[in-house]
Amino acid sequence: MRKFETVEAVAAAMDMANVDTDQIIPARFLWRARAEGYGALLFNDIRSEADGSAKPDFVLNLPASAGAGVLVADRNFGCGSSREHAVWALSDAGFRVVIAPSFGDIFFNNSFKNGLLPIVLPEARCAEIRAALARNPGAKLVVDLEAQEVRGPLGINDGFRIDSFEIDPFRKELLLAGMDDIAFTLSQQGAIDAFEGRYAAEMPWL
Amino acid sequence: MARTMLDKIWERHSILVRPDGATLLHVGRHLVHDGSRAGFRALAERGMRVRHPGRTFGTPDHYVSTRGHTLAAIPEPNRREMVSALAENAATQGFTLFGLGDVRQGIVHVIGPEQGITLPGLLMVCGDSHTATHGAVGALAFGIGASEVSHVLATQTLWQSRKPRAMRVTVEGMLGFGVTPKDVILAIIARIGAGGGSGHVIEYAGAVFRAMSVEGRMTVCNMSIEAGARAGMVAPDEAIFAYLKGRPFAPKGAAWDQAVASWRDLASDPGAVFDREITLDGAAIAPMATWGTSPEDAAPITGSIPSPALAPDADRREAMERALAYMGLEAGMAMQDVPIERVFIGSCTNSRIEDLRAAAAVAQGRRVVIPAMVVPGSGLVKQQAEAEGLDAVFRAAGFEWREPGCSMCVGMNGDLVAPGERCASTSNRNFVGRQGRGARTHLVSPAMAVAAAVTGRLTDVRTMMGGV
Ligand code: SF4
Repeated sequence: MRKFETVEAVAAAMDMANVDTDQIIPARFLWRARAEGYGALLFNDIRSEADGSAKPDFVLNLPASAGAGVLVADRNFGCGSSREHAVWALSDAGFRVVIAPSFGDIFFNNSFKNGLLPIVLPEARCAEIRAALARNPGAKLVVDLEAQEVRGPLGINDGFRIDSFEIDPFRKELLLAGMDDIAFTLSQQGAIDAFEGRYAAEMPWL
Repeated sequence: MARTMLDKIWERHSILVRPDGATLLHVGRHLVHDGSRAGFRALAERGMRVRHPGRTFGTPDHYVSTRGHTLAAIPEPNRREMVSALAENAATQGFTLFGLGDVRQGIVHVIGPEQGITLPGLLMVCGDSHTATHGAVGALAFGIGASEVSHVLATQTLWQSRKPRAMRVTVEGMLGFGVTPKDVILAIIARIGAGGGSGHVIEYAGAVFRAMSVEGRMTVCNMSIEAGARAGMVAPDEAIFAYLKGRPFAPKGAAWDQAVASWRDLASDPGAVFDREITLDGAAIAPMATWGTSPEDAAPITGSIPSPALAPDADRREAMERALAYMGLEAGMAMQDVPIERVFIGSCTNSRIEDLRAAAAVAQGRRVVIPAMVVPGSGLVKQQAEAEGLDAVFRAAGFEWREPGCSMCVGMNGDLVAPGERCASTSNRNFVGRQGRGARTHLVSPAMAVAAAVTGRLTDVRTMMGGV
């Protein structure tokens, strides 16, 4: 997994609540191999018409959204299925950060495993940032994981400012190090073995 | 200190807790399916093996054909590969597989309890969000992503950055005639919202759940994720012990007695504190159906489609408007005036034998007026239904009777709803495009699905059954 370094990227705003994983990546694409890439399929059915042509008003089809690396969304983003493809689609399309008032739990967990940083900011603040982005298309946000800050573009105040966010220290550590958690877990083998002995004694019927 | 059932199962599975609260949990039993291929690939890329094949169980369900119970019945090579990869992984890694051609094959969340793999007090995971189903017997069960699947395969453990909060949903009183577990969970989600259980594990409590069958509790727990919850659970009781006794992977003999004794202590202690409490009156719940594109868009069948103008805030208003536009429906329309063009009875929510019995009771002596199919949740459910003659009832009524699998719940096997088509479905998600691009889904109970198939519109099954 690549290290998460400070991201400075165009931010795109998505004004829909409950964006589910079926919308992020429709089920019919899930048999594709990871190596084939999912970026082009991100939001396929809401981004394009049935004939494959792009819907001109969808945020990621706007010229100002080109190269977007930060998505600012609404509540319960990524709800629905456990498909990690939803995270792959976002990260293959170049996103490194999603900011929302809340996330689907499994999507939230999956994000960290793929170096995509999900940031929770208050609902009202997310709405302000989305409005500021609407007024300033193509504006870049800076996401500094070390400092736990989201910063607006230099010199533009119009609704942007510095927002601090919370993150679990363990997840922060793994992201910053680009460390994989299997390797970390295996380093705890002594504790695992001891536990398994106790567990088997407690539940001999397993 | 008084502990919740969540606390008890969590503590029993905690291997270590880091100073920052991140907890390494042991996984009691792990379920895999044909969609778990990415997890196995990641394991193979590291050159690792499954740590506990004896605690790993698999079955193909998402990609299997419902027209034939063989690999050859899957026409597309890509889908066929998803299914054959699981069989290859089972063979090389040595875990138990209920494969195609085995009568025990089925939807992973149906066969877990059916085989007695799902047991009270266990922490269970599966690379699928509806793993919450298994909480119905008093397990802590939740869905994980592909990276986590490979982590569990490699180590039989899982990291959680903190313990979920505990929420209790109590439904007191008694359900009315024709009101089913599906209606109960839709009413709960309509009340608390699709994100209402976010960050929580829901424990269902109260007279309605005590009186509910084990399979009914599975329907309820299954949809916990649609309320945003990590998992759902019900405290195990005599009904659960009776259900599990004698199942192939449940304990036997002296071990059974020992297990039951330990399971009796699982229920939340009196006085245990929940982070959030919700109470509903069971008697006030009517048969439900959804009108929109989120499970929270559910209304009593006797009601009408709510107006976005009455939404509590602008966001909700816009979401409702978008949902109605997608569904091609108008606010104010009576729910029973919504036309239906196709019916699907199946999915891990409602494909067990009791679901099929409830559906057959309505189908008996009636004829469907639209395409409709029944997909049993497992080969054993299918066998049982056939032994009871339910397949004959469905066929006589004009239903197709298919082979077990996920089928039209998600359409990954090609069983799709056409663009713009309106389907009454016993599954759990009515998301945009869930059953196929442009498909319009109305979530209902099995009995309500049959009623819709017979009339070609959403229908209060109680009027049909002479109850109202
Ligand atoms: S039946 Fe539907 S919800 Fe259940 S596991 Fe299969 S696809 Fe998922």
